[in-house]
Amino acid sequence: MSDLEDFQKEVGVTGQVAVQGGRTHWNVGGSLGEGVRVVIPPVGIDSFDPSEMTVSVKAGTQIEDLNNELSIHRQEVGLEGPRGSTVGGALVVGRDSIRRNRIGSIRATLLQTEYINAQGKIIKAGGPTVKNVTGYDLCRLLVGSLGTLGLISQVILRTRPLPEENIWLQGETSPEKVREACFRPSSLLWNGRETFVQLEGYGPDVKSESSKLKKLGFQEQGKECPIEIPEFRHPSVSDMNLEEGVVDVYNSIHYSSREPKALKHPDEVLQLGRRMREMFDPEGRLNPNRDPYKAGP
Amino acid sequence: MAVNLLKRLNRRHPDDLLFKDLCRDIGPDRVSRDGASQLLYSRDGSTFPGGVPGVVCSPETTEQVISCVKAANNHNRSFVPRGAGTGLAGGAVPCDAPIVISTTKMNSILEINLEKQFAWVQPGVVNLDLTKALKGSGFHFAPDPSSQQSCTIGGNVANNSGGPHCLAYGVTNAHVLAVEVVLPDGTLVLLGNENEYASGYDLRGAFVGGEGTLGVATRIAVRLTPDPPAICTLLLDFMDVEDAAQTVSTIIASGIVPAAIEMMDQRIVNVVENFVKVGYPTDAAAVLIVEVDGLDDGVKLEVEKIEKIAMTHGARSVRVASSEEEREQIWKGRKSAFGAVAQVKPGYYLHDTVIPRTKLVDVLKSVYLIADKYELIVMNVFHAGDGNLHPLLIFDPEEKGIMERVLSAGEEIVQTSIDAGGVLSGEHGIGLEKKGFMEKFFTKDDLEAQKLLKKAFDPDERANPFKVLPSGASCGEINHLKQLPDGTWI
Repeated sequence: MSDLEDFQKEVGVTGQVAVQGGRTHWNVGGSLGEGVRVVIPPVGIDSFDPSEMTVSVKAGTQIEDLNNELSIHRQEVGLEGPRGSTVGGALVVGRDSIRRNRIGSIRATLLQTEYINAQGKIIKAGGPTVKNVTGYDLCRLLVGSLGTLGLISQVILRTRPLPEENIWLQGETSPEKVREACFRPSSLLWNGRETFVQLEGYGPDVKSESSKLKKLGFQEQGKECPIEIPEFRHPSVSDMNLEEGVVDVYNSIHYSSREPKALKHPDEVLQLGRRMREMFDPEGRLNPNRDPYKAGP
Repeated sequence: MAVNLLKRLNRRHPDDLLFKDLCRDIGPDRVSRDGASQLLYSRDGSTFPGGVPGVVCSPETTEQVISCVKAANNHNRSFVPRGAGTGLAGGAVPCDAPIVISTTKMNSILEINLEKQFAWVQPGVVNLDLTKALKGSGFHFAPDPSSQQSCTIGGNVANNSGGPHCLAYGVTNAHVLAVEVVLPDGTLVLLGNENEYASGYDLRGAFVGGEGTLGVATRIAVRLTPDPPAICTLLLDFMDVEDAAQTVSTIIASGIVPAAIEMMDQRIVNVVENFVKVGYPTDAAAVLIVEVDGLDDGVKLEVEKIEKIAMTHGARSVRVASSEEEREQIWKGRKSAFGAVAQVKPGYYLHDTVIPRTKLVDVLKSVYLIADKYELIVMNVFHAGDGNLHPLLIFDPEEKGIMERVLSAGEEIVQTSIDAGGVLSGEHGIGLEKKGFMEKFFTKDDLEAQKLLKKAFDPDERANPFKVLPSGASCGEINHLKQLPDGTWI
């Protein structure tokens, strides 16, 4: 029996189940709840062809292990998370990296998936190629779904080339000025007083862009993000008076140590979302106590 | 649901009451059912010879779209949203005498926000018009389908359209931040938001590419892409198609993601060169157009790398465009390809499948063999960088029995692509054209799962019926009613 069939059997056809990845975002959108059986997806890289820039990997694989393997061919995937985060976990939580400008959005990273549906069947969604419009795009729906529509067991992901050079700079010039001066920096953060810029790419490009920033008073800070990014995510508004935390300018996210309030959604959108969930999981088996609409941005 | 569908099918003609209600609700000058509109809206850019539209509506506001959809509900009719009708898979061909909701009069750019890099547009805004409106601002709208001079952004959203420059920038879905939708029951919802973050299910992402079967887009927030500081276009020519294909794979494997890599075979190069005289080498087996963009130094580095890779893989010559005029010349040939084939035969059938890049050579060989088998002329001009094939089958539609041969060849090309590890469509969609092929790629259970998405949006199957998913039962009755275009796969 293959890993996937084992996982399918574990999920079964009855009873409430929740899928466990690296437990790094375990309480996003709700907690496990009582009497819910925990299942663990299979682990391992199935195939990687550097010239296709796609990799087939099982959902329980740690992102770090996957990126280590890809880096041998100077590639990476557009998934990020704390140590221990898994591919499946990052996808169902569905949050973009601060490096989205460089590695793409998480939604564009997932090309194909096999998941176990509420009836315990293996379903394929999407397709293995980097471009595909064959049928309805269930992959989009699964990313950020917190495992409430199906339990992802295996995926094909788009990979990206690793940058040749990477540096962070820090300065007091506003993020707007940085956007005017630079062409698509990988990351752009602001803490209310200072701006933090990550430049990635070819060596000479990084050098020329960083010299523009240095003229604006920026200083080089090395390869690691020089500022600690707090845990909780809030929507950022452009005219906000930032008292604490860090704003990811490109993704409009305010990272803060304060727990976020639930985002408000219009009733019509909630109704459509509820209908979607009922269609995919009429008996409420899959991650029953989690709700993507309570997960925050 | 099935009862509702059959009731609607049993209605042979649009009734007077529906017409009257629509005239009252959105104004008589926006509603038509005369012979000219019936003919005009009976087909799209595909080879399907003609559907049967019911009443044709041209709303100008979101409220008027809501009225059209509510009228469909009140009269138990279906509706089909329609942009410029340039689609190639029959997605806008009306089946079941629907209300046709043409969005071409909803063509205003509502807001351009350069600071946050987005624009709100109405669905009828022509793709290229947005980029023209942005000229000089330092931004553009990245999806660039070949029909960009006439296709609408609403149509791009429906089809999740691509284009040559989607290799680096991604297809339409990557450029839609939010979309205001009139759901098939008349409810207005806003899916997504102007910012990047997600919250709740990605219904925006699910709606894009829904081919008008999930509702009508009435306002779209699109991402604006910064113009790259440097662009360089290269024309590479090869005496062997295999060398050209190998060059494509090696460029990608070397860590370069060019803005575009297009391939043209000798047949199409000859036709194009004869048509627009842009200096393509007519004796080459294949030509590649490669474009790289970004910062100055990186572009220079990539050009050098690509030249080296091409020469190692047997390129006869590498022409680097030295001016904007020369760059435009190189692209002009590529963009004129579909018009140029009319020199050979009056009709063409453009296919659209995607295969792994590493299978390009094998699949191209098969495509030539399939065309020979059916005594058809085939020319290849396609997005090689992402393995998106576009075999052009060229024919005279007046020739007896030709469509059967063209369709059979098409099916074999689709099968060959799937056998090579590819998919049915890269950017044209499924529409009517490929719904009969869906079971070649998906299992019944996979398709049932897709049906759930459709049902959540459209429980009554009111929006653009008979598209995308195979319909299963009742095809006999549908054919009997003769309200479907010829050649439709049910």
